[in-house]
Order: sequence, then C-alpha cells, then structure tokens
Amino acid sequence: MSPSTPGAPASPAGPRTSPPANALFEYVLRLGDDRLVLGHRMAEWCGHGPILEEDIALSNIALDLTGQAAALLALAGEIEGAGRSEDALAYFRDETAFRNALITELPTGDFGFTIVRQFFFDAYSLLLWDVIAKGGHAKLAALAAKSLKEDTYHLRHSSEWVRKLGDGTPESHARAQAAVDALWRFTGELFERDAIDDAAAAAGVAVDHAALAAQWRELVEGVLREATLVVPAAPGAMVTGGRRGRHTEHLGHLLAEMQIVARSHPGASW
Amino acid sequence: MTDSQWPLWEVFTQGATGEPFEHAGSVHAADAEQALQNARDVYARRGEAVNLWVVPSTAIVASAPSDAGPFFEPGNDKAYRHPQFYKVPKGVKVF
Repeated sequence: MSPSTPGAPASPAGPRTSPPANALFEYVLRLGDDRLVLGHRMAEWCGHGPILEEDIALSNIALDLTGQAAALLALAGEIEGAGRSEDALAYFRDETAFRNALITELPTGDFGFTIVRQFFFDAYSLLLWDVIAKGGHAKLAALAAKSLKEDTYHLRHSSEWVRKLGDGTPESHARAQAAVDALWRFTGELFERDAIDDAAAAAGVAVDHAALAAQWRELVEGVLREATLVVPAAPGAMVTGGRRGRHTEHLGHLLAEMQIVARSHPGASW
Repeated sequence: MTDSQWPLWEVFTQGATGEPFEHAGSVHAADAEQALQNARDVYARRGEAVNLWVVPSTAIVASAPSDAGPFFEPGNDKAYRHPQFYKVPKGVKVF
C-alpha cells in the first residue's frame, strides 16, 4: 500500500518474511488504525446510548480514541516522510490499506457486544501503552503516556459494565456471554507478532507479545470471573488478517461512511 | 409509563484543591461507582474539577418552600447582622 515499500504487493497474501523499508511507519499505522476504526464504531452510539449519561460516556470514549488516532496517524505520516497528513491517511486510503485488527471493525451490535469488545480492547491497549510509554521511541512514548491516562479510565468504565451485565439479569448475562463467545476468536490477532513488530522493536518499541498476552488473559479472566462469565471452552482458531489489509466485509461500509464527506469535498475546512 | 430510571445522585465538583465543593447537577446511576463515572463524564470531562462527590439525592434533606418565612425572613429587618452595616474605618486595608 505504501509508496515507500517498493515491490510490496498492494495486499500481501501471507506474513512477510522481511520487513518493508518503512516498518515503523507500518507499526504506528496499525496503532492509529485500531483507534480510528474503533473510535468510529463507538461514535455510532452518539444519540443512541441506553441513557443520557451513558450516551455521553460512550461519546467521550469515541472522542478519546479518535484523538489518539489523529496523533498517531500524524506521527505515522511524519515517519513515512511522503507528505501525508493524518487526514490523508484517515480519509484517502482504501480498505486494503488499513491495518486495524479485525475486532475493531466488527459492527456495533448490541450494548453488551459494544462493552465486551471495548473491554477486550481497553485491557490490551492499556497494557500496550504501558510498555510503549517506557520504550525508546520518544515521540511514541509521549503519546503513549497521554493515552495511558485515557485508557485507564476507559478500562474502568468498560470493566465495570462487564461486571454489571454479566452479573446482572438473565438477559444481560446471556447477551454478555454471547458477546464474549463471538469476540474471543478475534482477540488473538492483538498479540500476533510479525516482521513489522521486530523492526519496531529494533527502533525502540520493544513489546514482548507473549508477556502482553499473558497479562491480558489474567486481567480479562479476572473480570470475567467476577462477572460470572466464562471464557469459551473451545474457542476454535483465531481469526486474523487485518494487520495485512485483509478485512471483514464490514470495514468497507464503515469507511464509506467515515470518508464520504472528506472525499466529496477534498481540502474543505469547517 | 413506568419509571425505568436509575436512582438519582447529586454531583459536587471541586475546581481546585482547597476550594469548596459546589453543586454541579445530578446524574442517574445504579450504584456509587457508576455515579462517580457518570459524574466525571457529564460534569468533569473538560477539566472542570480535581475532585468529585456524589451523594444519593435521597440523602439530601431540604428545607420546604413553606419554611421560607420562619427560616429566612427574620433577618431582613436586622441590618446590623450584616457586615455591610458597618463602615470600614479609614486606614484599614480592604482585601
């Protein structure tokens, strides 16, 4: 996808064996796309929250995520050095050029699905920022430190809701458990490691994916237990592909809605 | 229509350390933790506060409009109860 990766196919069919020339750009793009896409999904709740207070809470989280995405995509554009701004990256890339994990693009679903997805992501994001904030890439570490505070609150919000829904009424429990079951197979992708991660590690962003996954499981399973929810006994194979631009059918529709205004009126400001 | 609302909580915000807590408004919430979170989202998301109190609205004891006379009016004709009644002597620094 990137003009700085000559020879790379537009949508690689399998894991790369060697990192592209600008691996750190790809790495930051993944971080940014996760939050841009999830922020958009969360923003779909604006005006539809179950009660006014929760509507505001969900919209706040959407804004936080979109803000993180804007900063990350701006940094990605800077690293790429091809003159692409955060807006160019957000609004003028097509589906196969997006690098978000699939879990972020799944449709909003019911409130239980939204909360469980957010909880899974918050736990991952918080642990990841904690590592990156202590890492060797100064600009990314500063962004991580700021995002860490926001995500700490996001996790407090989503984990509290997971407890309430799981340990609530039979209906809320059933819906929350259905969300856990449906989402579990998308969580493995968050901890995948490939050549991009190796290259990022060489650039100072050294994330121990195995340790991160173990911490995540401990955190998530602890909350699920309190919520009387269970990890699927036979989760099956993990679904992946987003990091390489292979997405579910849902991302295209999301991008159509997200990008239409910017593409209809390029360069407009308001 | 049945009342599907959660209990009401009164929210008090402190703008800076050491300042008094002031009533900001109210939120609905199922319990104290959720009341704190909702209060944060509704009344403190733009950095308006460094501390929050939430109190169940039912815990507030209020005076009744009918108390207005006996509670508040007796002082009206006793101007000397107000500091404004006293002139500040010359030479006293007014803060």
